[in-house]
Amino acid sequence: MFKQKNYLALGAVVFVAIVLLSLPTRATARLKLAVGSWFLPLFGLAGAAQQLPADLADSVLPRRELLKQVDNLRRENQQLRSQSVQSTAIARENDQLRALFNWQRQSPWKLKLANVVMRDPANWWRTVQIDLGSRDGLRENLPVITDAGLVGRVSSVSLTRSQIVLLGDPNCHVSALVENAARDMGVLIAGGTLDTSLVELTYLASSANLKPGQSVITSGLGGVFPKGIPIGQIVDSRSVEYGLYTDARVKLNANLGSLEQVWVLFP
Amino acid sequence: MNFFQAILILAFAFLAAFGEATLAAPRALLGAQVDLLPALMVYAALNSGLPTIALLAVLGGVWFDTLSANPLGVSILPLAVIGWPIYWRRDLILHDLPFAQFVLGAAASAIAPALTMLLLLSGGKDLLVGWGTLWQWSVMTAVGAVATPFIFSLMAACNRTLGYQPQPEIGFRPDREIKRSRRKL
Repeated sequence: MFKQKNYLALGAVVFVAIVLLSLPTRATARLKLAVGSWFLPLFGLAGAAQQLPADLADSVLPRRELLKQVDNLRRENQQLRSQSVQSTAIARENDQLRALFNWQRQSPWKLKLANVVMRDPANWWRTVQIDLGSRDGLRENLPVITDAGLVGRVSSVSLTRSQIVLLGDPNCHVSALVENAARDMGVLIAGGTLDTSLVELTYLASSANLKPGQSVITSGLGGVFPKGIPIGQIVDSRSVEYGLYTDARVKLNANLGSLEQVWVLFP
Repeated sequence: MNFFQAILILAFAFLAAFGEATLAAPRALLGAQVDLLPALMVYAALNSGLPTIALLAVLGGVWFDTLSANPLGVSILPLAVIGWPIYWRRDLILHDLPFAQFVLGAAASAIAPALTMLLLLSGGKDLLVGWGTLWQWSVMTAVGAVATPFIFSLMAACNRTLGYQPQPEIGFRPDREIKRSRRKL
């Protein structure tokens, strides 16, 4: 027979679970932060272990190879400088034209580089954690990008770490625009459970003229993501709800499966 | 309560939660992240006392939820639901047989994510669920089943190497020694 102390222990565990689940969001976030700090030494060890092979490879790289890399970097630097001069001139021209029409000036993006330190261990979420937090100026709902395109947004912030909810997670909806003649607009929602590179673009107009390969960018609506960040390309489309609207599958530009470094965008 | 074994189980749970959050290989190779906490709970329920099972359910669940987007505490109940029935009936389970460990590991690894998802869905959370979830669930079940006998072997090896070993009894007992001497007549 199950003894009384067994029931008491089971009751205590259930009580702890119910108390934790009924805590207010702010208290839960603080508790998660406190418990998460227990893992900091392991994060440090993991980071050092990841850095070690790179350091070893650097130390054994021959001088000729290093000189070649320096030469390539110099050439790339010169190209980028000339592009920068050109884009500065274009930006100046843009500002002058905006002033002519009394339009608001566009402020340049401020970016902060962050390392992805952890992925969500649960299969039913698509989130990662980065090594920047509130002490680095991060706050909720800042867009996160890579050089390929949009990745997601900051969903919660602690002092030293932040959680990023990635595209394809049910909690990350993005207003998106298809770069075609009609500039069709829709909402990017969760995609497939296995393939992280595909997401659904829904609520497109039933008359939308979508073709595979058309680019999808952020529309700027909703107030979270600035307009014009590349998202991906249309794969295919289908009419849903008896022709009420159109759904499309979008292949993301950014590879969410192997994120290592991301940029947090301060609009 | 064997303190060394309890600490060993909790340390393993801590490392398992951290490994699940940092190792991307299982997700890249199998399309799903595996969870070793249910398999560890099977070991704890068959080899440890009630306090260890309770601690593993609470701390293991809290550690997992801390590194995840789960609400804090949602993983505690599924782990407890796995641990208690096994502990209750552990005298009837042939826990030294790898096949029994395999079957229990499979059942535990299948029940834990299903219960967690059920709790989340009943709490009104919007989860990433689809046909691929069946594949992920199968992978978690299969890997959990295979991992359970390994966890038993690993824990036994750790206990042998690091734990307290009782001194083996020797046949000679000084108190039963027959003292022979020449009797004085």
